[in-house]
Amino acid sequence: MKWGVVRFPGSLDDGDALHALRNVLGQDAAMLWHKDETLAGAECVVLPGGFSYGDYLRCGAIARFSPIMKSVAHFAADGGLVIGICNGFQILCEAHLLPGALMRNRSLSFICDVVNVRVDNTRTPFTRTAHEGEILRLPIKHGEGCYVAPADDLAQMEERGQVLLRYVDEAGVETDAANPNGSMRSIAGVANDRFNVFGLMPHPEHAVEKMLGGDHGRRIFESIIEAAR
Amino acid sequence: MTVAPVELPGDPVIDTAQALAHGITAEEFATIQRILGRVPTFTELGVFSVMWSEHCSYKSSRKHLRMLPGKGRNVVGGPGENAGAIDVGDGWVAVFKIESHNHPSYVEPYQGAATGVGGILRDIFTMGARPVASMDSLKFGSFDHPRTRFLLGGVVGGIGGYGNCVGVPTVAGEVMFDAGYNGNILVNAFSLGLARREDLQSARAQGAGNPVLYVGSATGRDGIHGASLLASAEFDAESESKRPTVQVGDPFTEKLLIEACLEAIKTGAIVAIQDMGAAGLSSSSSEMAGRGGLGIELDLGLVPLREANLTPYEILLSESQERMLIVAVRGRESELAAVFEKWDLHAVVIGRITDDGRWRALWKGEVVADVPVGSISDDAPVYDRPRQAPPPASTTANRASSAPAPPPDVALRALISSPNVASKRIVFRQYDSIVQGSTVVGPGSDAAVLRIKDSARGLALKVDSNPRACALDPYLGAIATVCEAARNVACAGARPAGITNCLNYGNPERPEIMWQLVRGIEGLRDAAIAFDAPVISGNVSLYNETEGRAIPPTPTIAMVGTLDNVARHLKQYFKMPGDAVLMVRTAAPSLAASEYTDLFGMPRQQLSPIDLVRERKLIDGLVECADRRLIRSAHDVSEGGLAVALAESCFNPGGLLGVEANLGTGSHDVEVLFGEGSSTVIISAPLENVPVLSKIFAPLETVAIGRVTAALRLKIDTVIDEDVAALQHLYETAIPGRLNQS
Repeated sequence: MKWGVVRFPGSLDDGDALHALRNVLGQDAAMLWHKDETLAGAECVVLPGGFSYGDYLRCGAIARFSPIMKSVAHFAADGGLVIGICNGFQILCEAHLLPGALMRNRSLSFICDVVNVRVDNTRTPFTRTAHEGEILRLPIKHGEGCYVAPADDLAQMEERGQVLLRYVDEAGVETDAANPNGSMRSIAGVANDRFNVFGLMPHPEHAVEKMLGGDHGRRIFESIIEAAR
Repeated sequence: MTVAPVELPGDPVIDTAQALAHGITAEEFATIQRILGRVPTFTELGVFSVMWSEHCSYKSSRKHLRMLPGKGRNVVGGPGENAGAIDVGDGWVAVFKIESHNHPSYVEPYQGAATGVGGILRDIFTMGARPVASMDSLKFGSFDHPRTRFLLGGVVGGIGGYGNCVGVPTVAGEVMFDAGYNGNILVNAFSLGLARREDLQSARAQGAGNPVLYVGSATGRDGIHGASLLASAEFDAESESKRPTVQVGDPFTEKLLIEACLEAIKTGAIVAIQDMGAAGLSSSSSEMAGRGGLGIELDLGLVPLREANLTPYEILLSESQERMLIVAVRGRESELAAVFEKWDLHAVVIGRITDDGRWRALWKGEVVADVPVGSISDDAPVYDRPRQAPPPASTTANRASSAPAPPPDVALRALISSPNVASKRIVFRQYDSIVQGSTVVGPGSDAAVLRIKDSARGLALKVDSNPRACALDPYLGAIATVCEAARNVACAGARPAGITNCLNYGNPERPEIMWQLVRGIEGLRDAAIAFDAPVISGNVSLYNETEGRAIPPTPTIAMVGTLDNVARHLKQYFKMPGDAVLMVRTAAPSLAASEYTDLFGMPRQQLSPIDLVRERKLIDGLVECADRRLIRSAHDVSEGGLAVALAESCFNPGGLLGVEANLGTGSHDVEVLFGEGSSTVIISAPLENVPVLSKIFAPLETVAIGRVTAALRLKIDTVIDEDVAALQHLYETAIPGRLNQS
């Protein structure tokens, strides 16, 4: 399967996403430059983690105006698969390809840790190889991962099953202590209402090799690969 | 004979008083006039003041640093470059260095620490190496000192703010609180980069006529005299007013600069490259020309400026961040400019290399500075300052010594809750430790372990210091520090391969400080030789004093070790119930310079002598055990002693375990339980491997002290029987709890 990883100025986990896809999962993955206007035939576009444009204005607020984002929007409108990780999630929200917004962590500080997330909808291209309620251990590292959305939107998203991942404790229960950043309803990852665009704060690309602490992130990529088949 | 450069309107009269105000002594001012055959211009005086500052010239330490072993089989590249490099196998070289940013961080903790990280990163990628890991050694005043919380928050915020945004993982570090740093904290930043051996860059200018390119951020007024007046002088009541001398960091631009420079290097159009660090444009231009034995001419009017009306003096002394100077192959400037343009960065030709050996600056068509290159880059005075050992330390007890010693279980709980022992998770959780996908072991274990991609090999890194031991004996303390750093990487299964050091001391004009410094360097030398670990780079930070009170002597040692097979790395945590727990040590423990002594008070003791042959044996044994997969964990006994180390070994993040140890101790054997004064390692191994372990470590004694248990108790003889989960709770909550109080 053909993947494109977009490199914005200040992207940091672009190389890690490329490594995971190419060297670990054996995919045909290419780096796309943010000034490019085409997606070079990618069947899934990855917006990687990092601090695009330094996150100096608001996370993702400048990157959404990069030339390539027009192509990404068209691609998504045509049903193409897009996954935004961390800063990529923030960019997708800023670009209104996903609902809601990401605010500063409630602790007001950056958090790098490993968390448990529960898969709450497996009938999507991003989660189809997971089983309902499966708990994935994934790393997080962000300063602005507190997911918020208007109450009406949240209710609608819940109804449609757009919340794919939630922060939970080891037993799979949403608790305040297991919510690292204060996200509403412990939301860690959401899809759009057509389920072809997905954003998440945890980093599945950093969880594909056991030597580096675990491989639960494979679930996400393997789902996408299976969905495209 | 050159024509004297012009003075500019508004330049002050240059006399001895003006020189003194620039931190230049009367003798140095006379030397400058002798070199030039005239009085320097104001612009030239400014350049001399920064280049001849202690921070840039190492004038008090240079003579003594020559005794350090900088060569070794694995050392790559000549001396005098921005950072050292060692061959780590499969065609890879590791470039690493540690540097202080102490004074800026005390005056403005967030920006001071942030720019400390940024500066050390530039020293690495200017060599052509991609920075892949950072570490920090932090020393704050007493935990309860009113300024500590502000400084801790600022420094940690700055390190995270910069390091996280620039995309280099912070993988290890150390944090210590001690009243000796109440008025002068230490922030020592380390970075390591990897390069293919053939891609290593030089900072040696070549080829008269080659153009000089300025790349990166525009120049502003920040950081002027950072190196001279801030870093090379003691603190006093006025020091807060020096805040404008602290630079301001922009990690986003640094990230672009890393990518652009590494991409530009690939073009082959770069002859030499150096970052504009301390003393900015002055140092980078003169040092590159000086190394090549050439001259350089700069037209300051071409320098990109952040604000109008900067004077030549300010342009030359600015320490604005995220700037590099490049000597390009003539005719290939546009290739380089295209790379920098892609990354939206300035790349401007501002001068050229000459063959006349002069360092010359032009402004509006006139020469404003014209001095021999060597006079600023190499010929700063070298001082052999007088040194004198202080009178022998009194053996009077320190605080609280009259109180009776607490029972061992009470002492253990107090130690594990002490900020110097307790978990620093609240700090390292604020750092991205996994970006770039090579962190095999992150913060929290004895040493960080990195894999080298496309290779089976790995690296282990750790930064250590032991100021309490150095305060008792600066020579043995420095040796103990190197031994600890070596043990830490060996506990990860890595063989010590190279050292970088940051020597933090007080005012070298005081003979006892100079004595501490030289004894520290001698200790570092002897230990480095013993471990066959060359000292490939380093930095000296002097004048760490406030109102006449010096910090404890603090040589900070960063050790880099190599693993032939990174899959064979070890962590400090017990893994399997039933495993044998063994202790290997080089000498009997003592309470000298221990956390126990600091908490409960004890008569001041002497450090025990250190047998470096035995220290080396311990290291070699650990590396062999890891390589042969004979042991499952190894943990160095440090702050808090054996009892604390046993507890820490139980705190496996993958699932807690217990331990039952028989040391034959009674409740009065505090040296055995809490002593730190010897090199001791706790290892766990399958029972059947115990006999071979004894052979490997001989002549060191391998003492079987107990078993790993599934029951979550820490039991030591009849004196300690604690719940492991409760101890871990104390360990994890101690610092956050105290920060949240009031």
